[in-house]
Amino acid sequence: MDKPILEVKNLSVSFNAFSGTVRAVRNIDLELYKGETLVIVGESGSGKSVTTKAILGILPKNGRIDSGEIIYQGEDMAKYKEKDFYNIRGKRISLVFQDPLSALNPIMKIGKQITEALILSGKYDKKSAKKRAIELMEAVGIPKPELRYEQYPFQFSGGMRQRIVIAIALASDPEILICDEPTTALDVTIQSKILELINEMKAKNDLSIIFITHDLGVVANMADRICVMYAGKIVEFGTAEDIFYRPAHPYTWALLSSIPDLDTKEKLFSIPGAPPNMLAPPKGDAFAQRNKYALAIDFEEEPPFFKLSDTHYAATWLLHPDAPKVEMPEILAHRIERMKEANGIVD
Amino acid sequence: MSTNENKKALLRVEKLSMYFTTKKRGIKDTVKAVDDVSFEVYKGETFGLVGESGCGKTTTGRAIIRLYDPTGGKVYFDGREITGKLDKEKKKFVTDRIAMIFQDPIASLNPRMTVEEIIGEGLKVHGVKDPAERSKRVREMLLKVGLSPEHATRYPHEFSGGQRQRIGIARALIVGPEMIIADEPISALDVSVQAQVINLLNDLKEEFGLTILFIAHNLSVVKYFSDRIGVMYFGKLVELATSEDLFKNPLHPYTKALLSAIPQPDPISEKKRQKIFYDPESHDYKDGNHPSYHEVKPGHLLYCTESELKEWTKDMKD
Repeated sequence: MDKPILEVKNLSVSFNAFSGTVRAVRNIDLELYKGETLVIVGESGSGKSVTTKAILGILPKNGRIDSGEIIYQGEDMAKYKEKDFYNIRGKRISLVFQDPLSALNPIMKIGKQITEALILSGKYDKKSAKKRAIELMEAVGIPKPELRYEQYPFQFSGGMRQRIVIAIALASDPEILICDEPTTALDVTIQSKILELINEMKAKNDLSIIFITHDLGVVANMADRICVMYAGKIVEFGTAEDIFYRPAHPYTWALLSSIPDLDTKEKLFSIPGAPPNMLAPPKGDAFAQRNKYALAIDFEEEPPFFKLSDTHYAATWLLHPDAPKVEMPEILAHRIERMKEANGIVD
Repeated sequence: MSTNENKKALLRVEKLSMYFTTKKRGIKDTVKAVDDVSFEVYKGETFGLVGESGCGKTTTGRAIIRLYDPTGGKVYFDGREITGKLDKEKKKFVTDRIAMIFQDPIASLNPRMTVEEIIGEGLKVHGVKDPAERSKRVREMLLKVGLSPEHATRYPHEFSGGQRQRIGIARALIVGPEMIIADEPISALDVSVQAQVINLLNDLKEEFGLTILFIAHNLSVVKYFSDRIGVMYFGKLVELATSEDLFKNPLHPYTKALLSAIPQPDPISEKKRQKIFYDPESHDYKDGNHPSYHEVKPGHLLYCTESELKEWTKDMKD
């Protein structure tokens, strides 16, 4: 495989809170390759958004990078000063936020918000920026862009606003697009249109995408590779097919079997308890307390990554050669069987 | 699944309409949030109401339980009309029998009341005067929804989202309602917690013999949870069928679009899947060509014109 265009090595991020230090991200490694969509899944508080904020240098004031490197274009962005980010943020790496309403300035015309990004990129003057903005609006599927150019965010629907945010993110022709739950606030029909748009823009502009979500179902059609995060750590990563057809970590099992698909009849698998308090991350495997498959060692020592295939790794002691053999929850095993049948896959 | 052989409509909604008028710079504008919606909910079943935001599904729920005063139409509960003027007796009838679970577990609990006060308030209104009795019943209910009796003296902010939704469920159930209107009860929760709440609702439905009107936009969950499903679009109920039939035989183009947009946790078939998009302009509803409800087969209602009926039901499967 080629060299990754963005590489995160052993990154740890923590926040100073009133009650102590919150260890939001703990020693994670990520690689983003050219032209791929890397999905990071996890529940709220798992550290997925914090990771991308650390990459872009937009951590809140009480947050800091404790250790690790973020390698982009041969430089370590973890050591960057605010000034150094000016040529990266919004130019080489762009961000699409979850809530399109709060990402837009309510008292600025839509056209101005797009041309602002264009003019800042230094490649356009006022006149050519307007032309380019209208092209961008057309590209992201806004009908009557000349008319819409003069309107304000409140005159747009949620889906249309998200399209504008995507247009702004693409204005400077970035190399990497980070999407932080871009469809969570939207309806299913609008969601599928926005996902399609992101895919289309990826192909057209040769983008690499980091896509953050808490819903595994949303990303099945976009993801090339998937990282599953829990309590600030990556617990499993692999290609989309690895994760959906051969999940190996009990947390991935739990995530997959807690959502019903259209043929689910069985009782849903629910994860007992709540995610751990990151003020004092538990010893050993953070998921052990909620995991019915947990072994004694899970409470003592953090599991390393075990290799399942060249692309697929999972951090669980269950994969240790000496571990007892356990089966994934029945509801999930059934679904995978159904999926294999429907797609004509034989082992 | 409940058997619908001895279909007894517990709730009957007839031509329900809810209009909101706004006045901007002296110009009156009417929003038809719910327009001429009729359906029945049978005893012991879960009826799912789906549609995108702004389609009027929440308004329908709220108009039924009289949080809004419907503009038109009638609602019958257990054979009795519950629309019209609310006197004290009728209000008691409604609030005794129907309870509601809200979407936002943070906004729907009073932050200054303890859990015991929140859950016990309904009992107080229902005339359980003895505080010891109230406290006993609140604690029993806490156990049933998967919390512990010690939680009774705490405040809502001390709980996680899933636990707060359990408090909301306990509050709805303590007055012993026959029917629950659950308005997006899981959409504000994390994935792993959603399953907990769905399983809890399913267990409680069995235990108390509840009838549930389940309002949601997540179709996989609605399919999993409901016996019958009504699809709403812009204030209209466009299609209604059993959940099996609706997914096998979606007839209205909006239903088709909605079903094709459901994300499925399968990367291989997802990448192949053809998405259908709905164009509301595609209907020809002008010049006396008015759509109405047609029963295409027993229990499957479709909102369309005569010509559309022919066109859409051409290749219907059994």
